[in-house]
Amino acid sequence: MDKVMRMSSEKGVVIFTKSSCCLCYAVQILFRDLRVQPTIHEIDNDPDCREIEKALLRLGCSTAVPAVFVGGKLVGSTNEVMSLHLSGSLVPLIKPYQSILY
Amino acid sequence: MNSTSTHFVPPRRVGIYEPLHQMGMWGDSFKSNITNGNMNTPSHIIIPNNQKLDNNLSEDTSHGTAGTPHMFDQEASTSRNPDKIQRRLAQNREAARKSRLRKKAYVQQLETSRLKLIQLEQELDRARQQGFYVGNGIDTNPLGFSETMNPGIAAFEMEYGHWVEEQNRQICELRTVLHGHVNDIELRMLVENAMKHYFELFKMKSTAAKADVFFVMSGMWKTSAERFFIWIGGFRPSDLLKVLLPHFDVLTDQQILDVCSLRQSCQQAEDALTQGMEKLQHTLADCVAAGQLGEGSYIPQVNSAMERLEALVSFVNQADHLRHETLQQMYRILTMRQAARGLLALGEYFQRLRALSSSWATRHREPT
Repeated sequence: MDKVMRMSSEKGVVIFTKSSCCLCYAVQILFRDLRVQPTIHEIDNDPDCREIEKALLRLGCSTAVPAVFVGGKLVGSTNEVMSLHLSGSLVPLIKPYQSILY
Repeated sequence: MNSTSTHFVPPRRVGIYEPLHQMGMWGDSFKSNITNGNMNTPSHIIIPNNQKLDNNLSEDTSHGTAGTPHMFDQEASTSRNPDKIQRRLAQNREAARKSRLRKKAYVQQLETSRLKLIQLEQELDRARQQGFYVGNGIDTNPLGFSETMNPGIAAFEMEYGHWVEEQNRQICELRTVLHGHVNDIELRMLVENAMKHYFELFKMKSTAAKADVFFVMSGMWKTSAERFFIWIGGFRPSDLLKVLLPHFDVLTDQQILDVCSLRQSCQQAEDALTQGMEKLQHTLADCVAAGQLGEGSYIPQVNSAMERLEALVSFVNQADHLRHETLQQMYRILTMRQAARGLLALGEYFQRLRALSSSWATRHREPT
């Protein structure tokens, strides 16, 4: 879906969320702790919400939200982000986008 | 009213009234009460207004109801000595009164026991339906099993009991093996089995969470001391590291780096989930408190809160995922022998917590 492709390929870390989703909030907190300012797209306020959800699932995201993209590439949902982080592979991925000072 | 005599007073559980002329009829009424399954007999208490507790001799006899003790004296009273007769009658009255009191006490005992029996039979039925499993700690429900009728939860509790038994067996084996000499293949097998065992638990919990997420969240299946440390339905991943790490004396530089990195990322992930959880609590509270409080209506609020509760299941799953990944990473970082020692240490730590729960629960039971 074009909209999703466009939004997800924005620079830096992009996260698709829903305002009611508390796991999305948890993921945002994690990135904040890692000194990253992700771009948040709250899709439940978007008229194309259902389409976006379907597109995200089709792209391979385990759950539609939160959907995390880094540098235009899909990282995944909460599961994938947590696994990456614990294995130490998340930080190298987001390093270009980390603020030096916090 | 299950008797034909209008003078008949059905015995009550709490013997407020003294059924006076009950001697012969007494057994019958009690039997019929039992067969009717009727503990609280609707008592149409027709108390003839000339019935008093022990004093009315002549009126007792004149009613001619069955089985009065005074029957015995019918013939004696016709003969000579009125004083003797009076004394005899008084003695009989006394004996009858005592007999009635004894019977009353006995009936009360029987009725209490009968209630208890019914209760026990019901519990037994329930337990059989659920696949009876006695709780893990002595401190769990005094009935010995979860009061929930949820079959998913009952199944989980039973499986968890087996899980703990297997866990204890594995810990024993690890201990024996590490104190002796063991070849690498056997060691690897033990370590991998132990890891798989934990992963099994997470799978079980995921299924149980779908049955009753509150049950899993609150750690109801765990012993009390374990429950004290609970974080989203289980142990804290950062605690796991805290328990394990002192046991590794020799770590390579790379291992030290990796462990530090893991500690930090584990803590960050845990904090993120904690905050997400707090947000869920706030949202849920807002949901429940929405609208007018005090009007006595709650259906819309409860319904919207129900929708939110689905999110709780995701949190429990995420927390277990974190535990899974933490264990996985430790396995990756450590040598096989170190991993074995770590798993032994972790297992014993939980055993100690369970022992603490038992000790605590029985601390008042020592004979003084």
